[in-house]
Amino acid sequence: MSRDGSSTVIRGERGILSRVIVYTTLILITIAFLMPLVWMVATSFKTQSEASRATFSLLPDDPTKIFQNAKDNYTAVWNDPVVRFPVYLRNTLIIAGLSVIGMALSSAIVAYGFARLDWRGKKALFALVLATMMIPFPVVMGPMFLLFSWIGWIGSLKPLWVPAFFAGAFNVFMLRQFFMGIPKDLDEAARIDGCGNWGIFWRIILPLSKPALAVVALFHFVFVWNDFLAPLIFLRNQDQFTLALGLQLYQSKAGQTPWNHLMAASTLVIAPVLVLFLLTQGALVKSVATTGIKG
Amino acid sequence: MSARSAQLKRDLTGWLWVSPWVIGFLAFLFGPMLVSLYYSFTDYPLLEPPIWTGLDNYRRMLSDETFRAVLWRTAKFAIIFIPLATVLALAIAGLLNGKVKAGGFFQAAVFIPTLVPMAGSAMIWLWMLNGEYGLINMTITRLFGWAGLTGANWLSDTKWAMPSIVMISLWSVGQMVIVYLAALKEVPDEMLEAAALDGMGPIRRFLSVVLPLISPVILFNVVTLMIGALQIFAIPYILSAATPGGDPRAMYFYTMYMYDNGFRYGQMGYASAQAWVQLLITLGLTAMLFIASKRLVHYRA
Repeated sequence: MSRDGSSTVIRGERGILSRVIVYTTLILITIAFLMPLVWMVATSFKTQSEASRATFSLLPDDPTKIFQNAKDNYTAVWNDPVVRFPVYLRNTLIIAGLSVIGMALSSAIVAYGFARLDWRGKKALFALVLATMMIPFPVVMGPMFLLFSWIGWIGSLKPLWVPAFFAGAFNVFMLRQFFMGIPKDLDEAARIDGCGNWGIFWRIILPLSKPALAVVALFHFVFVWNDFLAPLIFLRNQDQFTLALGLQLYQSKAGQTPWNHLMAASTLVIAPVLVLFLLTQGALVKSVATTGIKG
Repeated sequence: MSARSAQLKRDLTGWLWVSPWVIGFLAFLFGPMLVSLYYSFTDYPLLEPPIWTGLDNYRRMLSDETFRAVLWRTAKFAIIFIPLATVLALAIAGLLNGKVKAGGFFQAAVFIPTLVPMAGSAMIWLWMLNGEYGLINMTITRLFGWAGLTGANWLSDTKWAMPSIVMISLWSVGQMVIVYLAALKEVPDEMLEAAALDGMGPIRRFLSVVLPLISPVILFNVVTLMIGALQIFAIPYILSAATPGGDPRAMYFYTMYMYDNGFRYGQMGYASAQAWVQLLITLGLTAMLFIASKRLVHYRA
């Protein structure tokens, strides 16, 4: 029977009343999930006295002041003499840029080894790759800090991006699945044309895997942007802080940071990932759906 | 070329391709794990070389009140959070699985908070849960003020700290909603229809048809949630630092104590022992979940 036919049987029970209940619940859920973000942005558009007053209003008392308030608050945050957001933005972008390139490239290379080549020990090693996903980062953070200080990397950004060049277990897993779906005939044809593994990887596999690589890059970017514990441990000096660390520093530096400024700073830190989400039009959502079920 | 050397060449090529991961694994995971295992048997104040003390660190945990408190608090968080997150995610996914208009919009709405960095999330909720001007307390006062309810000092009140942390964590349940929704869409309509013709109501259909079919996905998500819950750090770390009037112990979790031991109190040996206990608990619970679920989880042939 067709999908439509069967769904009428199931959904026939759903009257107008139940539909009203479903939509009301969904709208309430949406408000609950988005309100904190809306409230953050709204607060960042208010004056200090308006922000610290019990009011439900999303707008400043004088709504025409919204642009002036926004300008005042965001400039105050951006130009703070102690907590230097422009510097943290630069650091975060450097780390994120290098990590994303390293992670996508190295994970693709490793995934090719698992998806396309036959060698002894492959199965066991792949099981090990999957098993490492369970190991909590806190277990290794102490020795990693000592290793990095021993080779003189503490005081630089290297601890946060160099490891990305050595592939990530989850990304290897995802790319391997994707590569295995690419027909092997293409490899054979290229081999006849005199391509080696590197040629096949570079000229056939990578160009065909752009969507999967984009997902890896996107996920890793979000991961780096959000990471808190690793920067907290590996970055010792304030000039090297990332945005996530900087935001905490901004909150804690005086103890009495005005709420409108703190929310403007939070918006600055959060907005880029949200813009990225909107630009990629739900690519993240789709990939979460597919990798989640296969996982 | 002989068959044996051809095989050898193939092996070499394969290992060469996966060598980035192998090197990274040895340098940034396996090596540090071994080193941390060694430190866990030593007294290591960082400024001086480690001194072998055998099982002292592990023995110390047994009598360390703080250790017991953070372990229990972390376990409590996991026990409260995992079922709530799973039920909430399944419920939202279930709502979205019907013929819902603008389903993409609702999906995006619940997914967006999962992208918010922990530090940002902590700041937002610091504001939302503020005792004086927080939106949550204002809303409670407006809705239930007639009953004398005016909210609470969520973050500085010892008894409300845990519910607050759980609620903030639930805010990022959206990723699981998406995964469950995708799993629900894979449930064949024919099976639901057959169940409906057998006279099963929606609840029985969910329990005896849908739940068994998506049980592998639930297991995977519960394991992921469990591993994450045992490591909880950023949110309570930032919030307790930002709540000077509060009870600093109310938001003190396992990884925070480990971080303090290793990086603030100069006790890398003790911190390493705690790291290993954390690893063993994680692996042990994962294994238990897999074994316990053998009967419950239904894998399609």
